[in-house]
Amino acid sequence: MATTDMMQGRGRAQTIHAHYMAMVQRRRLYGALTLLIFFLLFFGGFYVADDRNAGGFWSGLSQLGDFPAGVLSEAWEKRGLLPAHMVTYFGALVETVNIAAVSTLVGALFGLILSLMSTRGLSKWPMMIPVFRRIMDIMRAVPEIVIALVLIFVLGGGPVPAMVAIAFHTTGALGKLFSEVSENADLKPVEGLASAGANWSQRMLLGVIPQVAPNFLSYALLRFEVNIRASAILGFVGAGGIGYELKNAMSWGQGKFDEAAAIFLLLFGTIVFFDQLSSYFRNRLTKGVPQ
Amino acid sequence: MLRLDKVTKTFGANIAVDAASFVVDQPMMIGIIGRSGAGKSTLLRMLNRLTDASSGEITFDGLNVTALRGVARRNWQSQCAMIFQQFNLVPRLDVVSNVLHGSLNQRSTLSTLFNLYPDEDIHRAIDILERLGIAEHAPKRAEALSGGQQQRVAIARALMQDPRIILADEPIASLDPMNAQVVMQSLRDIHEQDGRMVIANLHTLDTARRYCDRVIGMRDGRIVFDGTPEQLTTSMAREIYGADANFSEATTSTQIETMEAAREMLADIAAQ
Repeated sequence: MATTDMMQGRGRAQTIHAHYMAMVQRRRLYGALTLLIFFLLFFGGFYVADDRNAGGFWSGLSQLGDFPAGVLSEAWEKRGLLPAHMVTYFGALVETVNIAAVSTLVGALFGLILSLMSTRGLSKWPMMIPVFRRIMDIMRAVPEIVIALVLIFVLGGGPVPAMVAIAFHTTGALGKLFSEVSENADLKPVEGLASAGANWSQRMLLGVIPQVAPNFLSYALLRFEVNIRASAILGFVGAGGIGYELKNAMSWGQGKFDEAAAIFLLLFGTIVFFDQLSSYFRNRLTKGVPQ
Repeated sequence: MLRLDKVTKTFGANIAVDAASFVVDQPMMIGIIGRSGAGKSTLLRMLNRLTDASSGEITFDGLNVTALRGVARRNWQSQCAMIFQQFNLVPRLDVVSNVLHGSLNQRSTLSTLFNLYPDEDIHRAIDILERLGIAEHAPKRAEALSGGQQQRVAIARALMQDPRIILADEPIASLDPMNAQVVMQSLRDIHEQDGRMVIANLHTLDTARRYCDRVIGMRDGRIVFDGTPEQLTTSMAREIYGADANFSEATTSTQIETMEAAREMLADIAAQ
């Protein structure tokens, strides 16, 4: 009796070994196939892109450093002028940052509402989730430069078209990120508030927002950073700000590379500044005020 | 074998472990008892080098453990397995993969990336699971297992390391009495059959009495008792836990037999 039990036990153990090894083999096969597909896509995609390229990646590769080298050498020659340039362009920088700040605020506000409307388990009208999702898809799909160009054509050049264009895109982008964060929120506090008779906005305000606020803030601040760059780019097409100045300064052969370098430094400094500021506030929000 | 010499850990102004010294000259099962915050966990973490000691020295077979850096430190950590209260498994990976993590010290990052463990290691991992009686769960995700089963997976991971010492930080504190018994018996078996040293932080006295060859009592970072379970009297235990005459071992017990007694005693207290 005991021997049969032992033999059964050994047989069972062998089955477990065999099954698991089969699973390992299957996993290794899938892993190898994934790797193969990755390399095929990587080299295939590169080959196609290089093929369609007007110039040629390999022939142009040697000239890659020419522009930065030109900017650096010219800026170094006229390094004494850099501080003065920075002062000159500071006003334009403020305009650019201003556009980014307003559009981030507006975008975050609408993104928040859209995200709660399109999150399973939280939405006020669950049937409408796909509708809100598609609205956000559209907002993300249209490039902000297209909206800005149309609005500049209708309203004339200036910061307002840029602001509307960036806010539109930000709403879609933040709405999606926010809704992914809220999807992972713990629903127990929401249930607790519902059991006390709270309405939908009260449940969201007290049950969800405190949980997701640190993540929302960090996404919004990342978006602010992206928007500073976006609003600089929109300056190229006539929305004003530092982008317009950069476009003028970095054209070839005008001898204005020192000004371009000053603008690059200003933009870099701005990004660093807001990055530091955002990590400070994020820490305070997650860990509380340091004692 | 293992020697601790005035090992101290301070966190700012707080002294977590205050000049802890003891010598272990042969593999045995040691239980460390004391209130929460007495410095038991910090002591184990310093042994494993998860936490660095502020001062003092730990030596094992002549090797100065406290001074190890980089690769040497990781090699020591693989010799000195750790089991945690909350199991600390990777929840989304299957049970065998979690056990195989015990062999990571011998693997390169690249082979880990592509999940290429040698077949004999995989077989050994399943054999260890078989020994602990949970082989049928081998392909499941770790998170799908109950607490007691997860703790046995953690013990299997420790055994996969083929360690000289097994450190267990409150291994049964989140388990029900039945599972606690299975886990403690597994640790005892590992000590008796493999001759490995086992050092376990325990929050209940009777567990220490029942399974350990030697008991170390800590209070406020200091070692206040070091001896055999027989030497551990009730008044000594009161001293370790800083309790008054109301203290009874039964109230801290997780053993099934003493649970009834504890319940009666609590009922008495409530009635008073």
